[in-house]
Amino acid sequence: METKSVMIVGVGGQGTLLASRILGNVFLAQGYDVKVSEVHGMSQRGGSVVTYVKYGEKVYSPVVELGEADVIISFEQLESARWLPYLKKGGKLVTSDQTLDPMPVITGAAVYPDDIIGKIKAKGVEVTAVDALGLAEQAGTSKAANVVLMGVVSKKLPFEESVWQQALEQCVPAKFLELNKKAFALGREAV
Amino acid sequence: MKKLMLGNEAFARGLYEAGCEFVSSYPGTPSTEVTEFAAKYDEMYAEWAPNEKVAMEAALGASIAGKRSFCGMKHVGLNVAADPLYTAGYTGVNGGMVICVADDPGLHSSQNEQDSRHHAIASKVLMVEPSDSQECKDFTKLAFELSEKFDSPVIVRMSTRIAHSQSTVELLDRVVPETKPYVKNPAKFVMVPANAKRRHPEVEQKLRDAAKYAETSLLNKVEYNDTSIGIITAGDCYLYAKEAMGDKASYLKLGMINPLPVEIIRDFASKCDKVYVIEELDDVIEAHCKKNGIDVVGKEVFGWEYEISQSIVREKLLGEKPDTMAFDEPVPVRPPVMCAGCPHRGLFYCLSQLGVYVSGDIGCYTLGSAAPLNAMDTTICMGASISALHGYNKALGAEAEKKSVAVIGDSTFMHSGMTGLVNVAYNATNSTVIILDNSITGMTGHQQNPTTGKNLKGDPAAAVDLEALCHAIGIKSVRVVDPYHMAETKKVIEEELAKEEPSVIISRRPCALLKYVKHNPPLHVDNDKCVGCKQCLKIGCPAISMKDRPEGDAKKTKVSVINHTQCVGCGICTEMCKPGAIVE
Repeated sequence: METKSVMIVGVGGQGTLLASRILGNVFLAQGYDVKVSEVHGMSQRGGSVVTYVKYGEKVYSPVVELGEADVIISFEQLESARWLPYLKKGGKLVTSDQTLDPMPVITGAAVYPDDIIGKIKAKGVEVTAVDALGLAEQAGTSKAANVVLMGVVSKKLPFEESVWQQALEQCVPAKFLELNKKAFALGREAV
Repeated sequence: MKKLMLGNEAFARGLYEAGCEFVSSYPGTPSTEVTEFAAKYDEMYAEWAPNEKVAMEAALGASIAGKRSFCGMKHVGLNVAADPLYTAGYTGVNGGMVICVADDPGLHSSQNEQDSRHHAIASKVLMVEPSDSQECKDFTKLAFELSEKFDSPVIVRMSTRIAHSQSTVELLDRVVPETKPYVKNPAKFVMVPANAKRRHPEVEQKLRDAAKYAETSLLNKVEYNDTSIGIITAGDCYLYAKEAMGDKASYLKLGMINPLPVEIIRDFASKCDKVYVIEELDDVIEAHCKKNGIDVVGKEVFGWEYEISQSIVREKLLGEKPDTMAFDEPVPVRPPVMCAGCPHRGLFYCLSQLGVYVSGDIGCYTLGSAAPLNAMDTTICMGASISALHGYNKALGAEAEKKSVAVIGDSTFMHSGMTGLVNVAYNATNSTVIILDNSITGMTGHQQNPTTGKNLKGDPAAAVDLEALCHAIGIKSVRVVDPYHMAETKKVIEEELAKEEPSVIISRRPCALLKYVKHNPPLHVDNDKCVGCKQCLKIGCPAISMKDRPEGDAKKTKVSVINHTQCVGCGICTEMCKPGAIVE
């Protein structure tokens, strides 16, 4: 099987690392070779962040390059626009409809584009947009938006729900498990 | 059992399985997690040292005592530790000693893009380089054996992509070798000139022996496919080459980086029509090939800067370009920023208001250089803020002293800032030094340091008293401010700048991301009072932005909005808001 590539993009502090670990464990449980690549340090501080999850028979490069991503999971609209060139033609975009102004927009040096999701859809991209933040708050905390998105993605990938539940149990501390399971379920129901 | 592990976690597992008993490091992205994961094994002693030089000397001491030892650092940290490294190359070891150095091609989190392979060559120590997490573990274990076999520290060279990628690892049990007895041996360990002179030929012999080993070592792997293109490579570049070319090329993957083999390279090259060297940063492998008369192509095709990738290899060797689409409008950049509630923000706003020259340093607070604060003039290396301010002030004299400060974090001050402060006191400039004490090493992800009162394992430890230390160095004027109170902070900076003596201001407030820091409820904006003056935006808080007023609001201006999921209620924006529109 050809190697498949998933990109998780967002803003430092949004919990993209946990999402990448959950995905990595799902793919591993299916018997695939897996690579998960993350960048730490400076990028955590509210900057644009990206992690790569790749799976297949044998994965070599840990990074995903322009036009290579089968799926992009975005935690924020502007990041969907930023990383769109990495989506393969025919690839899927799953995005939170959250917007977070970056500093150049806050200071007035740049403008946040309007209707990003509509404009990406107009390019023929299969876009699934959800109110991940709202659903996470419904589950109990805005911090679970990452797991809401995992719930959405679980409907877009061909794996049993039980595998996702198992990965959740492996990656989330026990005391937050119930909350995250709720967030995951709300994500699944949203599509 | 197979487990998905970060390269750095697998490295730590290698330390554990190899029976390493002593770990001393200084944090630095992308190397930090090796030591953090090592600390999770109760069987291994692990500590954060004040800097990389101390860490390496401590590790060498443990090796001399007969235990397997380790120290870890990022590439620029190895510069700090270069002094012990170069002489450890001469003394050799007793118990095996392994050093992790993590390079950062592409500068994801660093101030330069240096290639640490040069340090291995120049210090005459062995170096190996893994390509994935399994190899991180395996090569680390082998590195201990090589260290003991060749009587040399061995550097395991990591890079960002290897350190911070997870791939599967097979776990094995820990085997601790017997402690090697310490036998007094001044000819080996007392590097006075006469002894060092006798050691040098032995060091050269060690390298010749290691080079012979490199010719047959399983660290180097040859894979023949289509031989029209041969690729000599190592580390992450092997992964990029293999993904791009598959079996359309043949590969020589080098795991032994210093010393490099000659004959297997010559043999491989002779069997391929055209041979490329694919390596990031400098031309270490390429130059080695050319020196030995092996015809290869490298930097002229792949360049000297940043990371290589599978798409670069495809483009350069196959002429293929990616098929891609783009968003049709400009996408504003999203640079990293100080977090909402960051204690550094108030301090840097004061500095931007004062318009002083700011001699900066390495840490989260380097973000004070970015808009809208723009309050930093220099950032060079760990500790340089204070020493470079002293030089700046000596060069320009009294007027400059009244309009310049150094800023340095608590961890960086302990690392190498305090020697600069000694110079300020001893050689007398009326410099004003601001220690940004946020009670943690922030940028690398919250590591303890000698000022925090806790050690790497989280146990209580001696805490450096910064005020007493500054006094002891000879600084009489030492003041403490809370950067959440900007008016007071600014007043104290002005007073200290005016003084005819060196002074230290400790800007003290724990990092807002620390778990024990209690946050206030998020603030919000009273739309009736907000006049849309945008003053609150000048502190560069990511939680505050301007939006259109809700429907039905008669005012014509935009209104300030505070993101309640980000705001921690630090309140410094309330000092900016003259109409008093920001409320609890």
